[in-house]
Amino acid sequence: MSDRKDIELIAELVPPGARVLDLGCGRGELLALLRDRRGCSGYGIEIDDANVLACEQRGVNVIQLNLEEGLALFEDQSFDVVLQLDTLQHLRNTETMLRETARIGRTGIVSFPNFAHWPNRLHVAAGRMPVTRVLPYQWYDTPNIRVGTYADFEVLARKDGLHILDSFGIQEGRVVRRWPNLLASVAVFKFERS
Amino acid sequence: MFATDMSPSAASPPRSAHALDDVQPKSMHFGEPLPLTSGSRLADYALVYETYGTLAPDRSNAVLVCHALNAGHHAAGTYGGDPTTQGWWDNLIGPGKPLDTERFFVISINNPGSCFGSTGPMHPNPDPAAHGRRYGADFPVVTVEDWVDAQARLIDALGITQLAAVIGGSLGGMQALSWALRYPTRLRHCIAVATAPNLSAQNIAFNEVARRAIITDPDFHGGHFYEHDVVPRRGLRVARMIGHITYLSDDAMETKFGRYTQEAALGYSTQNIEFRIEGYLRHQGDKFSEYFDANTYLLITRALDYFDPARAHGGDLTATFATACCRFLLVSFTTDWRFAPARSREIVKALVDNRLDLGYAEIAAPHGHDAFLLDDPRYHAVLRARFNAIAREGTAGALGLARPLAIVPATAAVGVAETSADGFGAPATDRARSPADLRRTPSADPAATELDSPVSRT
Repeated sequence: MSDRKDIELIAELVPPGARVLDLGCGRGELLALLRDRRGCSGYGIEIDDANVLACEQRGVNVIQLNLEEGLALFEDQSFDVVLQLDTLQHLRNTETMLRETARIGRTGIVSFPNFAHWPNRLHVAAGRMPVTRVLPYQWYDTPNIRVGTYADFEVLARKDGLHILDSFGIQEGRVVRRWPNLLASVAVFKFERS
Repeated sequence: MFATDMSPSAASPPRSAHALDDVQPKSMHFGEPLPLTSGSRLADYALVYETYGTLAPDRSNAVLVCHALNAGHHAAGTYGGDPTTQGWWDNLIGPGKPLDTERFFVISINNPGSCFGSTGPMHPNPDPAAHGRRYGADFPVVTVEDWVDAQARLIDALGITQLAAVIGGSLGGMQALSWALRYPTRLRHCIAVATAPNLSAQNIAFNEVARRAIITDPDFHGGHFYEHDVVPRRGLRVARMIGHITYLSDDAMETKFGRYTQEAALGYSTQNIEFRIEGYLRHQGDKFSEYFDANTYLLITRALDYFDPARAHGGDLTATFATACCRFLLVSFTTDWRFAPARSREIVKALVDNRLDLGYAEIAAPHGHDAFLLDDPRYHAVLRARFNAIAREGTAGALGLARPLAIVPATAAVGVAETSADGFGAPATDRARSPADLRRTPSADPAATELDSPVSRT
C-alpha cells in the first residue's frame, strides 16, 4: 500500500489542525502531507534506520522505536488521532497495539491489506496462498504475520469495545463502500473508544 | 540506503579554501564574576575557544559545540596542518562534513574548571587570602548550568543573540539540554547525543571510584599537588581505566581483545600484563595521566553527578521542559550502557508531553558509549540531515518561536576583552596558558588502535 492516492484518501479522515501520532510512519509522507495541507502537528514512530533518516530529511518529527516494545511513552488521550497505516499486520501483538491506539488517541485510524479481497479468495480456492500487488509476498517470506479481513476487523473492534466511526475499502486509489470485504484490497477503519 | 546524504563529496570532502588546517585558539577574559550554582562565584576568569567557518552578516548561522569529560575547545581541524593535532570531533565538523563549516559558524568553548586553557584549578587563585597560590582543591565546584552560563556570556560577547543550534554528546549533551532550559529562546535546535537527564546510581558509583583513586593517591596532597611538583598519576591512571571499561560495550571489548594474551605462553604472574585488555587499559591510563589534571577530573565528574534539571521540579522531567521551545534532535546508541537509550527515551517523553518538535534516532552501533565520537554512517547521516534542515530554514526558524527573544542579561558582556591566544595577557606565573599549552588538548593519535582514537567521552 502506501500509494500516494491511498494516503490522500486517508488524510481526509484527519480533521484539520489535529495533533496526530503515526505508528509505523515509514518515510513520513503522510505526516508531511497532514502538516502541509491540513496544518496538523505530531510525531511518527518508526523502527527502520533508512525511514527514520527519510523523516529527518523531510523535517517530520520522528521517534525511532520498536512498536512491539509498547507505547508507554505516550499519555492517555494525548493525541487527537492515532494512525496505524499498513502496520497492524506486521505486529505480533496486534490486539495490544489496537488497544494502545484507542488509549492514546481520541480517534484511531487503521488500514491493512484485506485478505478477503476476491482475487485472494480465488487464490485460496485454487489451493494456493495469494500473491498480489497488495500482498506481494510468498507465504514463507511475508512480513505480514497477521492476515485478516475487513469483516474480521469489525469483529475484533466489537470485542475490544471500539466504536467504528467510519470504514471503507480502497481499491485502485478509489473508495469502496459497497461490499468492501469482497471488492477492496485495502481496509480502512476510523474508530473511537466506546 | 542513505544515497541522498552519502554523496561522494560528503564521504571525502574536497580540499577547500576554508580547510581547517590552521586553527587558532583564542581566549576571552571576563572581569565580571560568574555566579555559580553552589552560591560561590568565579572571579576574573578566561575562556579559551575556537571558531570554524564564517559568521553570517545577520549572525544567524552560529552553532555551539559542547565538549564532554576529557576534551576541550579543540573540536575540529588541526594546528598548522599537523595531523596529530586533529580535533576531537573532526569527523563531524569541517568543510563538507555533517556540521559544514562552509555554512555554519561553529564555536567550541573550553569550560571553566578544565585543564586545557580556560581558568581552572591549576591557575592562580585571585582571592587575596590565597596569596597567589594556585586554586587546586579550592577551585569552586562548577555545574553544567554554570558552564552554560559561562558559554552564554561568550556568545553575547561575539554579538550572537540566537544560536542556530547547540550540539553535544554525553556530558556535552547535558549542556545542550541545559541551554534549551536556561536560554530557551537563544537556540533554535538542541542536538543532544548519547546523554541522559541525570546520572544513575551506577554511573555516580563509577565516578566515585575514579575520584577515590585520585584522592587517595599519596601524590594528590589534598588537591594542592602543584606546590609539591608532583602529579597523582596513579590515581589518574586508575580513573581512566575505569572510564574506558564503561565507554565500550561488552561485545566491542570481546571483539577487540577477547582473551588474547600478550605472549603465547602464560607467565603465571599476578602483576605483569597477561591479557591484551590489561595492556590496553594501562596504555590508556598512562597516556591520560600525562595530560589531564586530577582536580579537573574531580570537578568534571562532579558536574556529571550534579546534573539533574528535574530536581527543581520534584523530579518531574515533563514540568522541567515546559519552558523549552526549540526543536530537538536526540540520538542514542543501542550498546551504550553508560548512557543507555532508555535514558534518552525519558527525555523524548518529556518533550512529547510538551508537544515540542523532536527527532529521535536510536542507532544500532556496536561500540558502546564511544559511538558518539565515531562516524557511523547512520548516525552522521541523521546529523547531516538535521544540519541541512537548519541551513535551509535559516532565520525562518527564529520567526517561528513562540516566545520573544530573551533579553541579554545586563551582566553578560561586562569586562570582556577578546584577544587571540598569542596576545593572551596571562600572568607570568600562569604557565599553563602559553599559546603552546592552549594547543595541548588531546587529539586523535593516528598510531593508536581503532578503539584508541576517541578522546572525549562521558
